[in-house]
Amino acid sequence: MKSLTVRGWVTLGVLVALALLPVFVSVTGREFFLVLATRLVILAIAAVSLNLILGYGRMISFGHAAYLGIGAYAVGIPAYYEIYNGFIQIGIAIGVSVAFAFLTGLVCLRTRGVNFIMITMAFSMMVFFAFVSIEEYGGDDGLVIEVRSEFGRWLNLENDTVLYYVCFVSLLGVLYLIRRIVHSRFGMVIQGARGNEGRMQSLGFDTFRYRLVCYVIAGALCGYAGALLGNFTSFISPEMMDWTRSGELIFMVVLGGTSSLFGPVLGAGLFILLEEILSGFWLYWQLIFGIFLILVVLFAKGGIDSWLGRNPER
Amino acid sequence: MGESVILSIKDLYKSFGGVVATNGLSLDVLEREVHAVIGPNGAGKTTLVSQVTGVVLPDAGQIVFRDRDITRMPAYRRPHLGMARSFQITSIIQDMTVLENVVLAVQAKAGHSYRFWEPAIADDQLTEPAMRALTQVGLEPEAMQIAGPLSHGEHRQLELAMVLATDPELVFLDEPTAGMGREDSARMVSMLESLKGSRTVILVEHDMDAVFALADRITVMVEGRAIATGTPDVIRADRSVREAYLGEDMNTAIE
Repeated sequence: MKSLTVRGWVTLGVLVALALLPVFVSVTGREFFLVLATRLVILAIAAVSLNLILGYGRMISFGHAAYLGIGAYAVGIPAYYEIYNGFIQIGIAIGVSVAFAFLTGLVCLRTRGVNFIMITMAFSMMVFFAFVSIEEYGGDDGLVIEVRSEFGRWLNLENDTVLYYVCFVSLLGVLYLIRRIVHSRFGMVIQGARGNEGRMQSLGFDTFRYRLVCYVIAGALCGYAGALLGNFTSFISPEMMDWTRSGELIFMVVLGGTSSLFGPVLGAGLFILLEEILSGFWLYWQLIFGIFLILVVLFAKGGIDSWLGRNPER
Repeated sequence: MGESVILSIKDLYKSFGGVVATNGLSLDVLEREVHAVIGPNGAGKTTLVSQVTGVVLPDAGQIVFRDRDITRMPAYRRPHLGMARSFQITSIIQDMTVLENVVLAVQAKAGHSYRFWEPAIADDQLTEPAMRALTQVGLEPEAMQIAGPLSHGEHRQLELAMVLATDPELVFLDEPTAGMGREDSARMVSMLESLKGSRTVILVEHDMDAVFALADRITVMVEGRAIATGTPDVIRADRSVREAYLGEDMNTAIE
């Protein structure tokens, strides 16, 4: 067997810890850790999906939380009409996310830099206000999901441990998927366009279309994470897709390290843990958090990932 | 050198604000010739290359490549007709390896890249032609290095490898020896010499040694127009060319 690098050990350690967490919880009886870990894993999926466009494609979307909201409402709204079939709900979550990413991407991806940031934020706020204004689904007050997605007898999400493992396996699946994508021909084009878009066009790549496809994939994956989030929280509201939520996702990616596959998982983990610890101390914990992020950006440019040595895969 | 026209430019105009960069330029390039475009700074040489490759769209005029009007075709489609370009200011993907840069060039010509699963860098259909191009320019020892930190001369070699990897009919070389020392420059010229006769080359170059060593025909541009086109001998003898541009530089080059 190949000897593992520091990065390899950290990755393996975190994944094993997450895999064994329910055992720890059932021994100690501390249900709270399961709740925390489920949230962590779901947000890690969202952060990893954001990193596909932000890190590998340098498309800094400030509206990625919209897909979390879309995915959650794709569970909540059918459930409101007593449609609990998980395949239908997840189908809607991914389908609507793909459509939303495609249509907004057509506009957003014609811009660059700050304009791109602003316009992605604007589109996500449009979704936010759309859900605020729909009284039927609770408007501002949100919607309670009383029954989790149903996948037949063999997979009962009402059991918290089962839901956790579904989320965990989903994270593994998404990580593997993105790993394949990043190294594929498609991934090469996306990373080439990040480095030098003009040159990619002069080589003959229609970079706009490749970026659009990448943007849609990231949206679909985050929509899926949103469906998991809807199941997990049982209470959904437009607040989930507020622009500050999108900002938190960017936090996680930057904290963990952009353009490293596993970095955003570490970023999401650290974010959730710090939030949990600091908010117990002080109401204005975000202040400390902000200072911490500034220090990371200043002194560890590649995020946590850069402390793990040179990344051979960048 | 064939006699058929591969690229035909007619009455091209382009201005940026008030500055006229191309002012009624007409030019025919013959198949398999090395056609040098020379002229003083600001004569509009790079703007010409940019218009033919589609980075800049002309205000008026027509560009025909292999009997096809490409005047307004998007830049990313033109390489698929068989043209490729190297840049005056090195334009590579800095954070990728040398091999990955060239693999991308091969990939551009190998059909669509909406392939999401198999790793590109393990695909012989991409890496073999890429390594061939790198060998051709003498850069294969650096294949696995990150491209950014390499020397200027190596960047120029990589530029050329990326052009060759796409196996184009028509090659634009925008000052391939720009910023090179004498030795690197001579090596580049002998590398370009090996291309002669197999492809059409449009060479924009300041180095008169390189131009007279390589060109089958030369076009002299001044203020956005072609004032003369002909074989090196004709251009040498042309009085208006001497007056407009070549002067001292020309005389030393001839000697």
